Amino acid sequence: MKNRYSIFSLIKNAFSYHENWEKAWKDPAPKKKYDAVIVGGGGHGLATAYYLAKKHNIKNIAVVEKGWIGGGNTGRNTTIIRSNYLWDASAGLYNHALKIWEDLSQELNYNVMFSQRGVMNLAHNLQDVRDLKRRTHANRLNGIDAEYLNTEEIKKFCPIINTSPHIRYPVLGGTLQRRAGTARHDAVAWGYARGADEMGVDIIQNCEVKAIKRNGDSVEGIETTKGFIKTNKIGVVAAGHSSVIANMAGLKLPLESKPLQALVSEPVKPIIDTVVMSNAVHAYVSQSDKGELVIGAGTDDYISYSQKGSHDIVEGTLNAILELYPIFSRMRMLRQWGGIVDISPDASPIISKTSIKGLYFNCGWGTGGFKATPGSGDLFAHTIANDEPHELNAAFNINRFVSGDLVDEHGAAAVAH
Amino acid sequence: MSKNLRVKSSKFVDETYRVSFKFNGSRYYGYKGDTLASALLANNIHLVGRSFKYHRPRGIMTSGSEEPNAIVQLHNNSDRTEPNVRATEVEIYEGLEASSQNCWPSVNFDIGGINNLLSPLLPAGFYYKTFMWPASFWEKYEYFIRKSAGLGKSPTTPDPDIYEHEYIHCDVLIVGAGISGIMAAKTAAKNGLKTILVDEKPNLGGSTVYQSSEHFKINNQNSGSWLEKEINEIKKIDNLDIRIRTSVAAFHGYNFLLARENLTDHLPIEQRKNKTRQKLLKIRAKKVITATGSLERPLIFDNNDRPGILLSSAIKRYADLFGVACGEKNIFLTNNDSAYETAISLIQKGIKVEAIVDNREEIESKLLYEIEKNNVKVFKGFTIVNTHGYKKINKVSLMKLSKDGQKVIGSKIDLSCDCLGVSGGWTPAVHLFTQSGGKLKFREEDQVFIPSKYSSDQISIGACNGDLALEDIIKNTPKYLKEFLNIKKTDYDNVEIFSSENKSKRNIWLLPSDKILGKTKSFVDYQNDATAKDIKLALREGFRSIEHVKRYTTTGMGTDQGKLGNMHALGIISETAGTKMGEHGTTTFRPPYTPLTFGTIVGRNVGEYFDIFRKTPMHEWHLKNKAEFENVGQWKRAWYYPKNNENMFEAVQRESRAARESAGILDASTLGKIDIQGTDASEFLNRVYTNAWSKLNVGKCRYGLMLNEDGMVYDDGVTTRLAENHYIMTTTTGGAANVLGKLEDYLQTEWPELDVYLTSVTDHFATISVCGPNSKKIISNVIPDLDLTDENFPHMSFKNAKIGKINCRVMRISFTGEHSYEINIQANYANSVWEKCMDEGKDFNITPYGTETMHLLRAEKGFIIVGQDTDATMTPIDLQMDWIVGKKKYDFIGKRSLYRSDTIKDDRKQLVGLLTDNPNEILEEGAQIVADINKSPIEMLGHVTSSYYSPNLKKSIALGVVRGGKNMMGKKLIIPMENKTINVTVADPVFLDKENKRLNA
Amino acid sequence: MFIINCPFCGEREQSEFKAGGEAHIERPKQPTELSDDEWAEYLFMRKNIKGIQFERWNHMHGCRKWFNMARDTSNDEIKAIYKIGEKPPIK
Repeated sequence: MKNRYSIFSLIKNAFSYHENWEKAWKDPAPKKKYDAVIVGGGGHGLATAYYLAKKHNIKNIAVVEKGWIGGGNTGRNTTIIRSNYLWDASAGLYNHALKIWEDLSQELNYNVMFSQRGVMNLAHNLQDVRDLKRRTHANRLNGIDAEYLNTEEIKKFCPIINTSPHIRYPVLGGTLQRRAGTARHDAVAWGYARGADEMGVDIIQNCEVKAIKRNGDSVEGIETTKGFIKTNKIGVVAAGHSSVIANMAGLKLPLESKPLQALVSEPVKPIIDTVVMSNAVHAYVSQSDKGELVIGAGTDDYISYSQKGSHDIVEGTLNAILELYPIFSRMRMLRQWGGIVDISPDASPIISKTSIKGLYFNCGWGTGGFKATPGSGDLFAHTIANDEPHELNAAFNINRFVSGDLVDEHGAAAVAH
Repeated sequence: MSKNLRVKSSKFVDETYRVSFKFNGSRYYGYKGDTLASALLANNIHLVGRSFKYHRPRGIMTSGSEEPNAIVQLHNNSDRTEPNVRATEVEIYEGLEASSQNCWPSVNFDIGGINNLLSPLLPAGFYYKTFMWPASFWEKYEYFIRKSAGLGKSPTTPDPDIYEHEYIHCDVLIVGAGISGIMAAKTAAKNGLKTILVDEKPNLGGSTVYQSSEHFKINNQNSGSWLEKEINEIKKIDNLDIRIRTSVAAFHGYNFLLARENLTDHLPIEQRKNKTRQKLLKIRAKKVITATGSLERPLIFDNNDRPGILLSSAIKRYADLFGVACGEKNIFLTNNDSAYETAISLIQKGIKVEAIVDNREEIESKLLYEIEKNNVKVFKGFTIVNTHGYKKINKVSLMKLSKDGQKVIGSKIDLSCDCLGVSGGWTPAVHLFTQSGGKLKFREEDQVFIPSKYSSDQISIGACNGDLALEDIIKNTPKYLKEFLNIKKTDYDNVEIFSSENKSKRNIWLLPSDKILGKTKSFVDYQNDATAKDIKLALREGFRSIEHVKRYTTTGMGTDQGKLGNMHALGIISETAGTKMGEHGTTTFRPPYTPLTFGTIVGRNVGEYFDIFRKTPMHEWHLKNKAEFENVGQWKRAWYYPKNNENMFEAVQRESRAARESAGILDASTLGKIDIQGTDASEFLNRVYTNAWSKLNVGKCRYGLMLNEDGMVYDDGVTTRLAENHYIMTTTTGGAANVLGKLEDYLQTEWPELDVYLTSVTDHFATISVCGPNSKKIISNVIPDLDLTDENFPHMSFKNAKIGKINCRVMRISFTGEHSYEINIQANYANSVWEKCMDEGKDFNITPYGTETMHLLRAEKGFIIVGQDTDATMTPIDLQMDWIVGKKKYDFIGKRSLYRSDTIKDDRKQLVGLLTDNPNEILEEGAQIVADINKSPIEMLGHVTSSYYSPNLKKSIALGVVRGGKNMMGKKLIIPMENKTINVTVADPVFLDKENKRLNA
Repeated sequence: MFIINCPFCGEREQSEFKAGGEAHIERPKQPTELSDDEWAEYLFMRKNIKGIQFERWNHMHGCRKWFNMARDTSNDEIKAIYKIGEKPPIK
């Protein structure tokens, strides 16, 4: 049993100048064979390993990670967590995750700083209003907390938003999910890693998958930069690089990998204590506990694995930010970065078996996978352990692209009349 | 306290121009040319702020943009307030007001200082380990954590300043106007290249320009004087554009760089009005020369963060450039020759240097001899193990270093001082180079990362390329320039250089202490209070990569982005882990190099310029007639025209009645219009629409539905065959651009064999739609020559016509179900035709109506609006529009997708009409529809897409999509609202005039 | 941001262009003959290559012409530009 984290263990360790803390996770060399190998040491992958070990009694598991755990989109996203999705399937999936988030710090004995400060989505035209009302009604009937706010209520909840009717795209209303919020992204990866490690999961960093070995229609193992690892179950959770791994197994996925950018401002004292998202003018903003404004930008339209996007995207996002928050004009951008997101045609994820036995994919989260991390891990673990999806991820099978039963979360089509 | 430490006149500040400013409410004076930092130091003020976590007193540490500590709030509580401004970068001006941040009640007495006492409980990552009890209490802890975090305060009022963008294309961009940048600029410009030279400072020449020491000579003059002549020369070159106060923020691929040019921040507030504050320069350079110099490294030892501890180079700059002494009893701690240069500078100015503590054991240096000549004690092979003084350093303790430098030995020596200069050697400023995608290599001898592989047409020269000594710069720069610019010679090929500097260095990343590490506070990241022991704790807990350590300890995450401490963090990691430098990665330097104002990035794209307004030719008329507007895409569309204080509902009811009872007029100009010509135009339409087009006669119109290749409805509109090989297609307002793009895509890439040409004519033609039983009479007056009889001009047909001398196209088509005409007319004539229609319609109470009434009227007829009644999951069959799907057609876009196993299912969501049991109850658009309210989980069958009160039917009507709705005619369903349920009956979506009698009325 | 050498207009900023995804996926000539799987392959399945990708671009805010590009998606280096209907000039 590891050091349990608490204020008492902190005090105790202070007396020994914090010299006696144990490793949060070991750094083992890979074994020759595992019962299951998870490819990708981000939040989703580590969570998958955690739940495989915890709920499905599979202990001989490795998580192989090309770089360092949590270094991909887990450590690059703007950490928005919400479950107010339109379709039943999505609502089920994301609300499952949200419920786990609510107890995750205690579950992992690692403070993931899940902060239910609320998420607002703003409407800027009449079709936005219809769409957001539609979603609010659907959420309510699906048991997800959702409120539709008029402009005055929005102003009251977040006074710094410019709700003047005279701006280019005035705020006409919006939704609020109070249970939604943010979490500390690194802590999610580290907390799951620590928990999985404690149950015997091998977390193997700097281990890149080079090939997937197949025997007919089944997998036999993976070739890595640290040698061959034998296994009959491979769960791939390699956001951004899903297609690269799929191609190794001779599969094509309905995905495109695109640059997604984000930025933070310099830290300031609390000025906005909720998360505000605006799809129509494309600006997402929240404030981290450190005081930085955390701003999500959009994706570029071209495929790229360079982790760099174009400046136009950042500029467009800040245009929108200043439209909605003119008080931020003199704030300064401290840091910007890019990640690679794999985007599916219906903007919903794939958590699915494949045509190859023992090969499972969890991908296609696009720009919004972080919020699902615990639920995604739990359901993917279930899918791998049982070779069958859980009812909550059944709709997210890869076959929907063949049959046409898409879970289209793009929202309504372009405004038109 | 208010001692004057201005020790010597400097030609770089104007002592005839006194400037008064306020710091923390007290008035002080400086000179024009001072920075806030130099002026504060001249007033003997070191304590400027408090650190992020422990609230430790902090002073000015550097003299540039790498400053981690001396950051202030400018003009608190005014509309020009700005948080986190580096005192080292602010040029003072009359009326400047600055205050300390992150302290309460004051920087001198800060309650938050208690954190320093609690620091044993606050190691790196402590927050991950606690605040978890009781469960769900995190937000309460968080409230206090958030309050104590953050540095300055965000402005709370809009920004009065304006910003601009400037696009620059040049042959050569040179970043940094130190000595190597000046040499590069002159060379490039004199070779006829369009050259830009930028520097973040207000003056050119970097750190060489104030170098007046006899120890550094170029062509037998002191190096400062030599460089000044060069600067004067380049200022006269025409094709060289010099931008001062200009900091390159980002170096992107393909030599695209962003720079911020600061134009007014150094001016008194009253002089800034109507001037551009900052410009974002968007530079596309054929070649880039990076000459960003180097940053001096601090040294890591216990309590290395007290006010009065500065970088040695900063002390030199303050003395040489501003004539300011940072202290009266100076001590230096160094591991190389740089501190000696500073000490000599101070001694020349009569500033006392007490001692130099040098990590090096054996030193062969002319600079050392000069120091010793001046009776300054040099402690060779020593290090400082501790410093003293809470708000200002007053004493240092030194000890002898062991041979391997890993321990201290012997007894402690205490020396009193009021200023400590530290020099840990130099770090090449490779930030921009790595941003551009360049790869670094590690140079063992002096422990620096230098450029190795370039990703574009660029070079790094001077100190940022590892030429840290003046003699190397002078020797190597001409060579590099000749090769890079492909020229034969430069003015500097035979320059003579004399330098007394010895390049030896004894690099120890973490200096040893007599205490165990756990008891020390050796800061690596000053602003974020990350210490050496934090880094070691992270390693102990299994965080190995530099990115992990950085995130766990927050090293390098402050507003200085690790400019000072990142190298030490890497060094400590590699020493602790016993690995090579760089093996755990170098942290990525992310843009911007220094924080970049949002307003600058946005430029003029604020307020009304946020996005363009598209206005129809009748926009002014709508305004005059009090229209309310709706944003549809970028268009402003008249929404409704309230009269006599009507609300929207009342106005729409009136407009709707008028259109049905007599005549209405709509500005439909925003609909997309695509001109389609070519011998294969009909075949093309066959392929892009679901229905057949070949048999459409010339002069006839037809409604078409366009799908995505996935079978879902994408757009709709009426297309008219103007001639054998000429059509005009209309699209939805919001979809116009996308439809054109999609059609071009198919035409060019899939069907290049088709002879078809597409032209967008949306803005060329305005569209005026006149409808209602009296529309025919009105149009017959507007266009008297046109034969409007049903025989000549039936529904769904088109005629060319003339209104006076103006050619127009008239279509008899209807989106309201009324007898209706659409006049397409060249945009510049449109308003006059509109007014003519209004005149001729006066007797018929012609009523202008907006989009809301249009929606109501079409809903009465069950016409869909793509995007409102459809989302991206509706097929034409789902819309019960099977009639429009040409089943006999071999193929069209999206056809195959309609027959997939799920799209072909019968129980998909289908478009239906909905009637409320209570005819006065108007449904909410977006409301969900269920059959059984008691089922759990409740099953949602669909939702209300359009809903209105119909004044013509005198009841509420709605359209909705319902799972299996096609077969539910007459069935009762329920709309569960938050506080009530509404009963509805599924109905035919065509509520009015199913027989289409009104079309020909 | 790239500089793209439009085969019809010359070098222009990337912001004038729109990317159109993987190139050389021909629309099936006889869609009705295809199975759901085969149709899905055309419709959605993509190589999404990390490395040299052949892809389509449109000079949207310029000549509106489509053309092909070979680009290394790992570092965004443009290797070749060629017209629609032409074979890739590199492998």
